[in-house]
Amino acid sequence: MSEFLQLLVAGLTTGSFYALIALGYTMVYGIVRLINFAHGDIFMVGAFLGWTVLSALAAMHMPWGIALLLAVLLAMALTGGIGVVIERFAYQPLLSAPRLSILITALGVSLALENGVLLIYGPGFETYPHLVSTAGFVIGGAQISYVQIGIIFCSLALMAALYLFVHRTFMGTAMRALAVDRDAARLMGIDVERVIQTTFFVGSALAAVAGVMEGLYYTEINFFMGFIVGLRAFTAAVLGGIGNIPGAMAGGLIIGLLEAFSAGYVSSRWTDVIVFAVLIGTLVIKPTGLFGERVVERM
Amino acid sequence: MSLLVVEGLRVGYGKVEVLHGIDLTVAPGEIVALLGSNGAGKTTTLRALSGLEPVRGGKVVLGGESLNGVKAHRITALGLAHVPERRRLFSPLTVEENLRLGGYLIRDQAAELKRRMETMYALFPRLAERRLQLAGTLSGGEQQMVAIARALVLQPRLLVLDEPSMGLAPLIVRSIFGIVKRLRDEGMAVLLVEQNARQTLRIADRAYVLESGSILIHGAAADLALDPRVQAAYLGGAAAA
Ligand SMILES: Nc1ncnc2c1ncn2[C@@H]1O[C@H](COP(=O)(O)OP(=O)(O)OP(=O)(O)O)[C@@H](O)[C@H]1O
Ligand SMILES: [Mg+2]
Repeated sequence: MSEFLQLLVAGLTTGSFYALIALGYTMVYGIVRLINFAHGDIFMVGAFLGWTVLSALAAMHMPWGIALLLAVLLAMALTGGIGVVIERFAYQPLLSAPRLSILITALGVSLALENGVLLIYGPGFETYPHLVSTAGFVIGGAQISYVQIGIIFCSLALMAALYLFVHRTFMGTAMRALAVDRDAARLMGIDVERVIQTTFFVGSALAAVAGVMEGLYYTEINFFMGFIVGLRAFTAAVLGGIGNIPGAMAGGLIIGLLEAFSAGYVSSRWTDVIVFAVLIGTLVIKPTGLFGERVVERM
Repeated sequence: MSLLVVEGLRVGYGKVEVLHGIDLTVAPGEIVALLGSNGAGKTTTLRALSGLEPVRGGKVVLGGESLNGVKAHRITALGLAHVPERRRLFSPLTVEENLRLGGYLIRDQAAELKRRMETMYALFPRLAERRLQLAGTLSGGEQQMVAIARALVLQPRLLVLDEPSMGLAPLIVRSIFGIVKRLRDEGMAVLLVEQNARQTLRIADRAYVLESGSILIHGAAADLALDPRVQAAYLGGAAAA
């Protein structure tokens, strides 16, 4: 029982990262039908930007609560801005070009981000300052840290906020409209370019939050960290039904839980096998993913 | 004074030119029909007017302002509302959300938007009962009503309709045409694309017949209804020799 609870909390924690990143994949796919291969690296960039701000503020002896809040907000804003710049200069000129061109461009952007960070921060690991203590509490025999609780709570709050944004605001409604029919959205007077850029901003900002959380949780970050996490998050998006927002949230949490339980009860060497077996099994039964309704075109 | 003036409009897809220089005008308070058989270029004409297809030659002027090269969402803001072929509703969204998107450009004026949406529900009472229904689950007639209502929220100067009668029962077509006439009588300029020439010529003031990307005939609707060429091609050949 105590082990179960321990794994449950660990799984929800990593699942939160995956869910936040999966949202970026799924929102961008929903609107421009692009699998943004660079999105895992956006998450990595967010982790580094958060680290930079946090280190600077820690050096100034700012109270950790404020420092953390500022680091998250700045990382979100900057990473969101980078996402918009990437969209504007790398993807936008290719939106009406053959699909393959934009996919290859996304791979190029991914390499550019990784090498950019490699150039600036070097190949080693950076360590997140121990602003947040490892303190926690014991419940039902399980050792749970405040960081885990904080991460789970914050991501759930962000996901709820995103859901409200998409369903209750004009910009969110425009996003959903655009995902259905771009020309019809134009006829409504919607500035399609702006909506697409907003989508990239929001997706990148959410990935940045995940990046900072990852840094706080595992303490070490590296220029290559976006690859594996990005792949897992992409898997989560597909599992939930790519293009579907609740699907990405659920898919992320499911993948996180699968990972934790398979590592805890089986062996971490089997994690990938189990995760992909579940993905394949789901897609065989429901080809559009758990929440997907529309049959998506094959890439 | 014409609201819409189109001169020598050329549009194409890839290397193929589809419209070879079209002239047409629409004035406030008139319904102008654009008739033609399948593939004549009617939809292409409308898509070019509303900025969905680039204009390759000629000019499009709305209320004295050139629309050449203006983006589609800006053209909507200038007062041209386009109800596209096959309605193109946002089917996974509710009726209410579809109408709200019609008012996207006045989204900052919440009270005014709400008032205009209520006007639309008054115009189409069947939609009022279905506000929260997903647009994709409506009947064809109701979907066409949403498409028109969504376009009217901004109170456009020019309403452009692409085959609004497509796939609808005669009774529904009559009621939709009735609403179009009412809008015309209130001073709106209407450009109506249809294949059904007989019924369309009855409500239109003037008409153009498009064939293979060129205007073949144009004139008062009443005259066109009697024109042997139109009768032969579009009215079942009743008076053809
Ligand atoms: N996206 C496109 N790409 C290439 N050719 C197109 C495209 N859209 C239309 N065409 C061609 O342009 C010509 C005119 O088509 P358009 O849709 O404007 O005709 P229409 O008069 O609206 O016909 P209908 O009454 O069947 O709707 C046709 O030959 C059509 O094949
Ligand atoms: Mg057509």
